[in-house]
Amino acid sequence: MEPLKKHNGLVYPLNRANVDTDQIIPKQFLKRISRQGFGQFLFYNWRFDEKDQLKPDFSLNDPKYSNASILVAGDNFGCGSSREHAPWALQDFGFKVIIAPSFADIFYNNCTKNGILPVKLTDLEVQELINNAEADDYYITVDLEKKKVFDSNGFEANFDLADYPREMLLNGWDEISVTLTHSNKIDAFETKHTVH
Amino acid sequence: MGKPKTVIEKIWDKHVVHHEEGRPDLLYIDLHLVHEVTSPQAFEGLRMKGRKVRQPHLTFATMDHNVPTVHRNVIKDEISKKQMDQLQKNCTEFEIPLADINHKHQGIVHVIGPELGLTQPGKTIVCGDSHTSTHGAFGALAFGIGTSEVEHVLATQTIWQSKPKTLNVKVDGNLGTGVTAKDLILAIIGKFGVKFGTGYVIEYTGEAIRNLSMEGRMTICNMSIEAGARAGLVSPDEKTVDFLRGRKYAPPETEFDHIASEWLELATDEDAVYDATVEINADEIEPQVTWGTNPSMCIPINGNIPNPNNTDNENERNEINHALDYMGLKADTPITSVPIEHVFIGSCTNSRLADLERAASIIKGKKVNPNVRAIVVPGSQSVKAAAEEQGLDNIFKEAGFEWRGAGCSMCLAMNGDIVPAGERCASTSNRNFEGRQGAGARTHLVSPEMAAAAAIEGKFVDVRTLSVPTA
Repeated sequence: MEPLKKHNGLVYPLNRANVDTDQIIPKQFLKRISRQGFGQFLFYNWRFDEKDQLKPDFSLNDPKYSNASILVAGDNFGCGSSREHAPWALQDFGFKVIIAPSFADIFYNNCTKNGILPVKLTDLEVQELINNAEADDYYITVDLEKKKVFDSNGFEANFDLADYPREMLLNGWDEISVTLTHSNKIDAFETKHTVH
Repeated sequence: MGKPKTVIEKIWDKHVVHHEEGRPDLLYIDLHLVHEVTSPQAFEGLRMKGRKVRQPHLTFATMDHNVPTVHRNVIKDEISKKQMDQLQKNCTEFEIPLADINHKHQGIVHVIGPELGLTQPGKTIVCGDSHTSTHGAFGALAFGIGTSEVEHVLATQTIWQSKPKTLNVKVDGNLGTGVTAKDLILAIIGKFGVKFGTGYVIEYTGEAIRNLSMEGRMTICNMSIEAGARAGLVSPDEKTVDFLRGRKYAPPETEFDHIASEWLELATDEDAVYDATVEINADEIEPQVTWGTNPSMCIPINGNIPNPNNTDNENERNEINHALDYMGLKADTPITSVPIEHVFIGSCTNSRLADLERAASIIKGKKVNPNVRAIVVPGSQSVKAAAEEQGLDNIFKEAGFEWRGAGCSMCLAMNGDIVPAGERCASTSNRNFEGRQGAGARTHLVSPEMAAAAAIEGKFVDVRTLSVPTA
């Protein structure tokens, strides 16, 4: 995957809690057998009407967000199904960073395996970002090396990310290759471990 | 004597391949279940790097999400067919056992694992599906993973995992007549919310859990993910052992008792400490119905739909308003006044033989309301065959239900079994998310008994008030 060290981008605010992966990408689009091309189906039932026409009242359809690369959302983002198609769709649409007060565990993991940076900030910090982005075109910088989010007007917040996913993201490593450096340990484990 | 441990810690400690302070552990996986939707990109990844499946015999595949439940071999959706064909091809190439669409063991992956005895206490089990938590009912550490992790497990038979925090969900008391495991798990999520389990593995303990059947425990563990927990489990006991004895992939009779005694030792030690504990009393729980768009939005059958003005929290008010709008419901109306057009009995939550038996006992000799279309989708080919042997299919069909073939079906509506926009479904599945059963579809989660009763009445009704012939 692509390394991600520092990213500056336009914020798209999605002021909703419990955005589940069925919303991020509905099931009718899970039938493809490649990882590419899911962006067009992102938030499909919110972005498109029953005739597959863009709904003008859904904010992400506003052309001003067409270059947004940082999604800021409410609590428990990515809950529900484990479908990795959700981060694939977000990434293919152009999102590189997702900021929320909390994430569902499987979704959070899936992001880090695909070079998307999930950032947990406090409720107040997230609300401030959402308010700023709803008011005007709003750019922020996310620095994974320093674990900081900041804008040019004095907003600054620290976030935490465990060392392991952080290194994976910073270096863009292939996780299987890393694991295979421990092959001898897996071999040794298998000689003494019984599965009935 | 060492430090007392929970079942979670005992399983974890037996599976650590590599440990380094401050890093996730490399954990060995004993069983990897695979289905057609979340695996094609993983196999493609292996192919691109020239990698093999490390332990094909610890891997088991089936087709469930896409399979039609009528005319099973006429798959009209070409992309669905391609996905199933791809699984067949991948399993042949990588030498993975597969229960394909016509196999007698085919079914929902979380139904067939236990049914075949693949699911066993003490195992680490993963699958590219969030409801893998179901297998925790057997005292296994079982959790859903994404496709990148599927590829990782295929290639290495391991996964990097940080040791989870442990959460004891203690359920004292006993469920009343007509109140089921489904009502209990909905009530738990209703009380503690959709993310109280995030970052934790749940162990369900207490008298009410011990008294549940294995099927009931599966229903509970299945919905752990709806509380945010990747895994939820129950310490193994004699019921667990009895369920597994004689199953196809369970240990052979000659070794069974010895291995079963090891399983029983996995149960949480008396003085083990959890990172957190929550409690709920089963005596107080009534049959539940969800009214909103996540599983915590549920009320007892005799309750009213919530009024957003009763909360001071603006976000909560917005959420309730949004859900009421999507669901086409008015605040303060009794849930029993809400008419339904569809009933779905099925899914990895509630499609086992015991679920179908209980639903059948409600509808026997009655007729489905003329405004309702009701379908029953057994969880597996084996469940279907066993139900037919008992004549349950006739009970359902005579009442006006459609009796279908095995699969995930209308739980996520990927196979064409869809609830039309604006219509309402009483469903025994696990997610009432917007659009889950079809764009614009309105899902109400209930137990099999409550779904059966709703099919007859054409609206939600307290199953405890119906006259039910005693078994």
